Amino acid sequence: METIKLTIDNKEIEVPKGTTIYKAAKELGIDIPTLCYMDLHDLNIENKPGGCRICVAEVQGKKNLAPTCSTNCEQGMVVKTHTTRVMNARRTVMEFILSDHPKDCLICAKSGNCDLQDMSHRLGIREIPGAEFAEMSTYRKDTSPSIIRELDKCIMCRRCETMCNDVQTVGALSAVNRGFMSTVAPAFEQNLEYSTCTYCGQCVAVCPTGALTEVNHIPQVLRALADPTKTVVVQTAPAVRAALGEEFGLAPGTLVTGKMTAALRALGFDYVFDTDFAADLTIMEEGTELLDRLSRHLKGDKTAKIPILTSCCPGWVNFFEHYFPDLKDVPSTAKSPQQMFGAIAKSYFAEKIGINRKDMVVVSIMPCLAKKYECQRDEFSVDGNPDVDYSISTRELASFIKQANIDIKTLHDEEFDAPLGESTGAAVIFGATGGVIEAACRTAYELYTGKKLERLEFTELRGMEGVRSAIIDFDGLPLNIGIAHGLGNARKLLDDVRSGKSLFHAIEVMACPGGCIGGGGQPLHHGNSEIIKARATAIYTEDRKKPIRKSHENPFIIKLYNEYLGKPGSEKSHHLLHTHYFDKQKKVIIKK
Amino acid sequence: MSHIKIELRKEDVDFIKGVCDSFNKDPQELINVLHACQEHFGYLPAEVQEVVSEHLEVPVAKIYGVVTFYSFFTMTPKGKNPISICLGTACYVRGAEKVLDEFKKELGIQVGQTTKDNKFSLSSLRCVGACGLAPVVLVGDKTYGRVAPDDVKNILKEYE
Amino acid sequence: MEGLRGEPTIKPPYPAESGYMGKPTNVNNVETFAAIPVIILKGAKWFSSIGTEKAKGTKVFALAGKINNVGLIEVPMGTTLREVIFEIGGGIRNGKKFKGVQTGGPSGGCLSEKHLDTPIDFDNLISAGSMMGSGAMIVLDEDDCMVSMAKFFLEFTVEESCGKCAPCRIGNKRLHELLGQICEGKGSLDDLDRLKNMSLVIKDTALCGLGQTSPNPVLSMMENYRDEYIAHVTDKKCPAGQCRSLMEYVVNPENCVGCTACARVCPVNAITGERKEIHLINPAICIKCGACMEKCKFDAIFIR
Repeated sequence: METIKLTIDNKEIEVPKGTTIYKAAKELGIDIPTLCYMDLHDLNIENKPGGCRICVAEVQGKKNLAPTCSTNCEQGMVVKTHTTRVMNARRTVMEFILSDHPKDCLICAKSGNCDLQDMSHRLGIREIPGAEFAEMSTYRKDTSPSIIRELDKCIMCRRCETMCNDVQTVGALSAVNRGFMSTVAPAFEQNLEYSTCTYCGQCVAVCPTGALTEVNHIPQVLRALADPTKTVVVQTAPAVRAALGEEFGLAPGTLVTGKMTAALRALGFDYVFDTDFAADLTIMEEGTELLDRLSRHLKGDKTAKIPILTSCCPGWVNFFEHYFPDLKDVPSTAKSPQQMFGAIAKSYFAEKIGINRKDMVVVSIMPCLAKKYECQRDEFSVDGNPDVDYSISTRELASFIKQANIDIKTLHDEEFDAPLGESTGAAVIFGATGGVIEAACRTAYELYTGKKLERLEFTELRGMEGVRSAIIDFDGLPLNIGIAHGLGNARKLLDDVRSGKSLFHAIEVMACPGGCIGGGGQPLHHGNSEIIKARATAIYTEDRKKPIRKSHENPFIIKLYNEYLGKPGSEKSHHLLHTHYFDKQKKVIIKK
Repeated sequence: MSHIKIELRKEDVDFIKGVCDSFNKDPQELINVLHACQEHFGYLPAEVQEVVSEHLEVPVAKIYGVVTFYSFFTMTPKGKNPISICLGTACYVRGAEKVLDEFKKELGIQVGQTTKDNKFSLSSLRCVGACGLAPVVLVGDKTYGRVAPDDVKNILKEYE
Repeated sequence: MEGLRGEPTIKPPYPAESGYMGKPTNVNNVETFAAIPVIILKGAKWFSSIGTEKAKGTKVFALAGKINNVGLIEVPMGTTLREVIFEIGGGIRNGKKFKGVQTGGPSGGCLSEKHLDTPIDFDNLISAGSMMGSGAMIVLDEDDCMVSMAKFFLEFTVEESCGKCAPCRIGNKRLHELLGQICEGKGSLDDLDRLKNMSLVIKDTALCGLGQTSPNPVLSMMENYRDEYIAHVTDKKCPAGQCRSLMEYVVNPENCVGCTACARVCPVNAITGERKEIHLINPAICIKCGACMEKCKFDAIFIR
């Protein structure tokens, strides 16, 4: 490969052709400050509009300062990243940006976790000259079921636009207007609710300021906990335990399952359960549906739709309801684990402890913002009482624990409560891309072949590539499995399904890059994809530590079917654990 | 803001479809498609953008982004007689701002607005390339040169 | 043309390598194309015999502003500003005094009296703090305030900014605001330093040609008309009498006959005085609309 030699801050370096100054400097240990640039290289996501102009440096022989994030290295280039000219320019540009940014950091959701705030601190900004007469660009605040948009705080880094369009291909957001009033918004600057937004939350995950944040449900949860007439039940998703520690200064990938359980109990939840239990239940229902459709398909039944698509991910469900409503009978009808949990908690478990469902409050801790919307869907409630009352993100939980003055690091590990806290290794891996389908294969294999599965780890289904495929041998039946994470990748597989070109029997889709571990509700990765990889490793470690690693062997799942549901796919199962989908495509109504 | 209600007549939808087809439904031709639609409808209401979005397979947010970027495109219907006042440098130093103020006063509207009776709309632009006639005012396709504030009433009278 | 918002891309690659639809693209002005047929017909030698050593051929200018003959002119490179303005342009309108000429449009700079004898070519204009740019020449006279003019040009940039990069999107807005403050007499000497620093940083960091040149009018006007800027911030006066906030309407007692016409026309009742007595304008109430001065038949009201 052709290489290029250059000098940065008097240090020589040789880099491959096409490397930017920013990346070359990073290799030398020089961390050039920037606000808009973002590189998630493991996921093939890069955002470099060259818009913030903070990363500028002096390049010998060039008239103007060069944006290092988007200037390629050239042979013999001499770069200086911190001359007085550069420092003065950076400071002045930062003053410009701050002059058009609200100063309500005290009550901002991003305070303490804000790239802009950090940059202001890093550049030592103590006053903004002329702020007293500086006009601010202001916009209408928009609250949706999941996401709050406060565009007064937007700095036009365009990261959200990149995520929404290039990565997710949702196309709900675009740069609009021009000049001083330019910002990023849905069509016609309407509320997000009326756009094609899937609430995947990837825009929130990458926003460097408080412009995009999640809807905060902590006050409602606190009220429920404080109400003595309410029994408050909490469930935690698999990906949460692999990331929560980061909010408390622990290294990415530190598992905090036991400490999280202890903290939830300390917060006053009456029952600390695990969404993983419901994940095992999902495998039972979805796996059965897969085998049923598959065997009918193999027998030549044209009404049996193949491939079957997973349906655990609410962002993904929103996506196909908006963009592929013609395929709405292709995904599995199984509810997501969050909703299965809610349905079982407010029926089976409420009956068991002898309380009315109206006196039970189910809270879920999710790595996800779309879950907030999912639990508000009408079909997931009984007489106006939702199966899951509040869904809070990993970030919100961390904040809640801190509010309660609980030091998670000193807590002793505790176990989940029974019966809805017991789970298998198969359920844990739901948190990473490929995990759901791997868990399904573990169960479906044994149910289909009647044989014991020797090799539990389908490593061929793991990884970070956007679209993956593998053939799993079901004792002579080659099962074609497809996996996509990130909605843009999902779209590719869906286009094939629509045109009939798809050869897959089953496809797993997760809306977020990396799966739930990279969800929109997780601790912010600030553009570091190593963090997402570390979380995946943690998930697979937890799986290996579990004594039971196949969903159908979960004793409490067996008990639940024996005592209550009958068998997977039974009428009662269908009533409680399955759902249907809607056509949400925007149609042009033609006036008669 | 409430949910935008999408209601167009069938022939309008067919027209937009036709325009998209004539550009081979190529998303890169978006701006030309929008030009043709604005020429036909006089402006680009949300409904029109929705139909264009569907046929070019471009997210409607992106289309709105383009429409709000270029000052040529408008989402509000223009008046029967659109008035444009040149605020290029040459016109400015010869007093175009005072002329604009006079129009605002006479019509009771601001730049970018249309009068209640839909007769006039007011806009400013930067240099029409007739600096020799500064300050310049355009009403529809007609050009008025060396306009003084006192002339404004007479110009408006021509369109009463 | 590609169906997108008209935002600048990062260069390199330049359009000649990768432009429209990712293909090499030749971007030229109409003027360049217009020059080609004559060059082909009469030969390159003929074309380069016109003009100066470094800048060959002719240049078209759009002459406008406070000048007697306006219009498009084509002159050989190296013609002086004096020849263009006073010979071709026929001098300043209404016998007023020449003050400056803005060349190159809103991205160019304003040249003063001392540049009148500079031969016009690309390099000379740049070293004088302006540029050839669009080829526009706007002539300004003594009634034009150089702070207001800079503010006017910034208004153009603020409107035209695409919004992609921070220095242009926000920086130019702040420049415009600060110039506005100075026009209203709310500026300080320190603000002039800030104005200069902001301008230099915007030029140094902006993404595209618009932002990289937008502060040129401010910089050149501050350089060439520094006294006028200082007058605005220290004396709170506008020497050209254009900045409304810095004007004061006063009655000249020698001319005033006490006809009361001015008091009657004043929309805010700022003028007092009995019939046949000298009238007084209260500067605290006066909104500087100028109605009284227009009405007075005796030239008794003037601006201080």
